[in-house]
Amino acid sequence: MTDLYQEHIMEHFYNPRNRGSMRDPDIYFKDSNPLCGDEVAIYARIRKGRILNICFLAVGCAISQASASILTEQVKDKPLAYVKGMTSQDLIGLMAIPLSHSRVKCAVLPLKVLQAGIVVYEGKHGA
Amino acid sequence: MRREDFPILARKVNGHPLAYLDNASTSQKPKQVISAVSDFYENHNSNIHRGIHSLSEEATEMYEDSHVKVARFVNADNGEIIFTRNTTESINLLAYSLCLGLKAGDEILLTEMEHHSNLVPWQQIALKGGLKVRFARVDDSGAIDMEHFSSLLGKRTRIVSVGHVSNVLGTINPVREISKASRDNGSVSIIDAAQSVPHMPVDVKSLGCDFLAFSSHKMLGPTGVGVLYGKRHILESLPPFLFGGDMIRQVDFGNSRFNDVPWKFEAGTPDIAGAVGLGAAVDYLGRIGMDAVLDHGRKLSDYARSRLLLTPGIELYGPSGKRGSLLSFNLKGVHSHDVAEILDRDGIAVRAGHHCAMPLMRKLGITGAVRASFYLYNSKDEIDRLESSILRVRKVFSK
Repeated sequence: MTDLYQEHIMEHFYNPRNRGSMRDPDIYFKDSNPLCGDEVAIYARIRKGRILNICFLAVGCAISQASASILTEQVKDKPLAYVKGMTSQDLIGLMAIPLSHSRVKCAVLPLKVLQAGIVVYEGKHGA
Repeated sequence: MRREDFPILARKVNGHPLAYLDNASTSQKPKQVISAVSDFYENHNSNIHRGIHSLSEEATEMYEDSHVKVARFVNADNGEIIFTRNTTESINLLAYSLCLGLKAGDEILLTEMEHHSNLVPWQQIALKGGLKVRFARVDDSGAIDMEHFSSLLGKRTRIVSVGHVSNVLGTINPVREISKASRDNGSVSIIDAAQSVPHMPVDVKSLGCDFLAFSSHKMLGPTGVGVLYGKRHILESLPPFLFGGDMIRQVDFGNSRFNDVPWKFEAGTPDIAGAVGLGAAVDYLGRIGMDAVLDHGRKLSDYARSRLLLTPGIELYGPSGKRGSLLSFNLKGVHSHDVAEILDRDGIAVRAGHHCAMPLMRKLGITGAVRASFYLYNSKDEIDRLESSILRVRKVFSK
């Protein structure tokens, strides 16, 4: 029954990677899921088109928090183009749990936030 | 109570018998309602108030008969019941039609525990017309601070609109007292009865309100039909909300004269089959008796509270005494959606989130809550299942 709350998800929930905030980040973006009030803020430092450092602050369910942890771990040192190309399915694949339609929104919120942050960053600095 | 009348309750969810505890969102439908809707489409389907043919006469009679049944159900007079789409539309109708006559600086008095449907319509109309919306405080016990309410009820208060039973806290508000205070102050009184009419006897004459709104789908009826009760003399002078077919008496290119109440408020083809289904729902509730429905709901709500009070890690919201048939809570350290997800795996349907009451949630200092809400077909067994499932959530979330 607890297929959603598998050990690796709960491990990320209780010991999130890259949790925290950053001073003067190159990317900062925050958004929320109106359905449940999950809120995710992502901070990133960019060097030569790659994510040098990334962290997040989140309030919400176990799924969105674990997802933010897994996402930030995955994208560290990756080029921005890689993150822009990531799909919801890519992130859900990394989480490796079955998600119902309404919970998909919880899971992909951190990715949407990071991608929106990149759009803003590139608007200022050029792609 | 007649569980076998509700076909959906026989189904399984994730391998478990369905324990449907989300009745404050929408209720399930008995076969008597479902067959009334199919019977309408199979045998009587036609438009109303138009055709001079047998089907249209039958459909019109059935549709109007539902109005009469609903009027009797809340002790209104014939002609005082308007069908809308839902409680939200009923309140939008009032917000539009009542506020047309208001001036900048006039006030609308609500409370902090209103559902978005009794808040956003007023707020948005107020923004356009320079009106002011004021909110009576909710105290720590989950009740309206009546002293604060009285202090806000003043010379400029034109409209008072208050929920009868809070959809989050379950608080039963003193709406008779509020209606009287509003009347004495010369203000129009409105009751959002979406959470009360399905669960307790409601008598508009005894409450003394000017308007009362509720929804068919929370009281065993189909979705798509809402109800607005209004005192006849106010309805007669109130301008219509929606314009078009069926609500007119005479139309010229330059102007129109409107139909009599209630039809001047029912523009266009309504949900006729849904209205017929609501009539069947009212018949069904009438056969059981609203006193019995209230008694059953109260027992379940009290039982749930007594069980969850003893469950470790549970924080309960709302009054400890008299309460509607619902209970909101959180499990410490676990988001309400995670709780609901795991309960669902055990076949238990509850609501989680902000319950369309974001300002109240902020006041409670939470982002959401789990809500179990009961109806006449629920049992203590299902509450026992809820409790053991919550204990399993705790286990999943124990580090």
